Amino acid sequence: MKIEVLFPDVANLYGDLYNVKYLAQCADCEVINTGLNDAPAFLSEKVDMICMSPMPEFAQELAVKKLAPYKDRLKKLIADGTVFFVTGNALEIFGQYIENEDKSRVECLGLFDTYAKRDMLNRYNALFLGEFGEMKIAGFKAQFSHSYGGDNTDRLFKRIKGAGLNPDDDGEGIRVNNFFGTYLIGPLLVMNPDFTKYLLKLAGAEVKSLRFEAEIRSAYEQRLKEFEKPDIELA
Amino acid sequence: MLKFYFALWVSKFSSLIFRILAKVSSRKGTNLPGQIALNICPDFLTKVGKPEKIIAVTGTNGKTTTANFVSNILEDNGKRVINNRAGSNIASGIATALLSGVGLRNKTKGDVAVLEVDERSAPRVFPYVHPDYFVITNLLRDTTNREPHPHFVFELFDKSLPDTTLMVLNGDDILASRLKKDNKRLYYGIESLDGDRDSSFNIINDMRVCPECHTPLEFSHVRYNHIGKVKCPSCGLCSPEADFDLKAIDLKDRKITVRESDGDKTYPLISESSFHLYDELAAIAVLRAYGLSSDEVAASFSKLKVLESRYREDVIGGVKVVAHMAKGQTAPACSVVFDHVRGLEGKKEIVLAIEDAHKNIHSSENMAFLYDTDFEFLNDDDIERIVVVGVRAKDILCRLLIAGIPAEKIATVESEDDILDVLELREGLDVYILYEVYQIVIYNKIKALIERAMEGKADEN
Repeated sequence: MKIEVLFPDVANLYGDLYNVKYLAQCADCEVINTGLNDAPAFLSEKVDMICMSPMPEFAQELAVKKLAPYKDRLKKLIADGTVFFVTGNALEIFGQYIENEDKSRVECLGLFDTYAKRDMLNRYNALFLGEFGEMKIAGFKAQFSHSYGGDNTDRLFKRIKGAGLNPDDDGEGIRVNNFFGTYLIGPLLVMNPDFTKYLLKLAGAEVKSLRFEAEIRSAYEQRLKEFEKPDIELA
Repeated sequence: MLKFYFALWVSKFSSLIFRILAKVSSRKGTNLPGQIALNICPDFLTKVGKPEKIIAVTGTNGKTTTANFVSNILEDNGKRVINNRAGSNIASGIATALLSGVGLRNKTKGDVAVLEVDERSAPRVFPYVHPDYFVITNLLRDTTNREPHPHFVFELFDKSLPDTTLMVLNGDDILASRLKKDNKRLYYGIESLDGDRDSSFNIINDMRVCPECHTPLEFSHVRYNHIGKVKCPSCGLCSPEADFDLKAIDLKDRKITVRESDGDKTYPLISESSFHLYDELAAIAVLRAYGLSSDEVAASFSKLKVLESRYREDVIGGVKVVAHMAKGQTAPACSVVFDHVRGLEGKKEIVLAIEDAHKNIHSSENMAFLYDTDFEFLNDDDIERIVVVGVRAKDILCRLLIAGIPAEKIATVESEDDILDVLELREGLDVYILYEVYQIVIYNKIKALIERAMEGKADEN
């Protein structure tokens, strides 16, 4: 399996890069780190999974600028079923625009009809519990922006606890074919073993068991028990 | 002004009541008087009497230590100092400090204010309190829930600080050193040190690309994260030359030599940890800019040491037990401690008590910071064992395994009460207890358990 990580030189917040590092420990895979000044590998070769992690706001603009010439290629890759795993505010890059508090806008790739609104003085932090089919998903939210709209996308997770794509939305994230975009941050794939197995299978690298699966699963089960308590809050 | 004086008198009266209550209950100061003042008079910070000079101290790591150094040295040199060390570093804490420094007629009783300022409070403080000197230790990644990245904090300071403030900046921090580009400025920095690397070695480096042209930056040496000397091969942007340049460290005589504009000066070495070296240099730079002589600063430094609550060493029944604060939820702080500990001589046993929300059954902690923290540093032959304490032990175990640490080296206990079941206490195996800032209680408990165990061993012999 070949995984391309887009712009890890700037898109590297909250330890999200360990999602791919963990995948590389679980399955036989080649990881291509594409910096801001490199040509994306997805232009010249087949990659099985494209990942992008959360980033500072200035980097969102750089990433849009960098990817804008390849919009049609990205559109085709999504339509053809390439797996994308995009976390935190990286998902906003694929929408229409990001609106600042002063109503100014950062134009984005426009691949989905979502749009984001920033509120830099009010950070949204929460524990998240949701469902992906039969699977329970546990994660963390820590963000300045939410996304809205998105009629041409499905929601990735069904929300049980914590905000969805925005506080009034019962669904979290974006799902279009095999494009998985979520505001959940941190080591989501380390924290959710069943979802990780599902993603690996989708990307053509099915594994019988994950690396350190017993320990990972034990931590997952402990967290699910905590998050399912009605009175649990983020510390 | 009527509203202001009403706010001042009510808050001073409440301050008196809180002081009496604090004495009775042996509790620390509160920022409630300042909060009351701000509630009654929102521009209280503008109107409250201030000393002739104001020094603001901030930074992701080291601001408390640096502010304490500056306050203590000014006091030692006969200055009447108003500071917020008894309270908090947010707007209400600063209001509390300033109101305590004036009389009922709003006349200041101080020569100088030394205010530690929380990064996120900048927009609520600096429009009203204009510092003469702004000292910053560094801009690093902090807690996920508060500050997502240092560029965010940079913007807060850059937009809220006045144009008249003298900036005292860490020249080895290519981000912080660019604050308020048009203000007058002084830089402090450290020349090459033993242990410096020639390229980025942490998981976190928030300055991988040039802030001007976005070309990958080249480091000539790196101390931690993006702290070091850097150059852009494309546009030529580089670390500024330091006005206070630490050029030599004498570990034997515990002295440092700092090149200043009027020659080389010698100061006592407070701590060899690079975090504290920067804290000391930042204090030297601002105190010299304020007008103290190098002799005055050096004489006062010789009376100071780093707070014991952050670092201490004991020998208990022949076993060296070291306590080192490793601020939880703050990856760079933990990584620096891990890097420091692995570099020390001797065989070690590490106790990790770094979770934040210990034993609170109604809350759960965002543990994403574990994956920004360099646990890989603990994968070292001299580290024989790692004991993880706390309710988040399973998460930390997963992180240690992913870092490549052999499972047989790791033990976990949910409660510190059980630590003796897994801790190996023997001479020649130094115990390092790395604890979160709020977990000093756990450290004290573990130390007491070790003391009891070693007394038991001595009795057996």
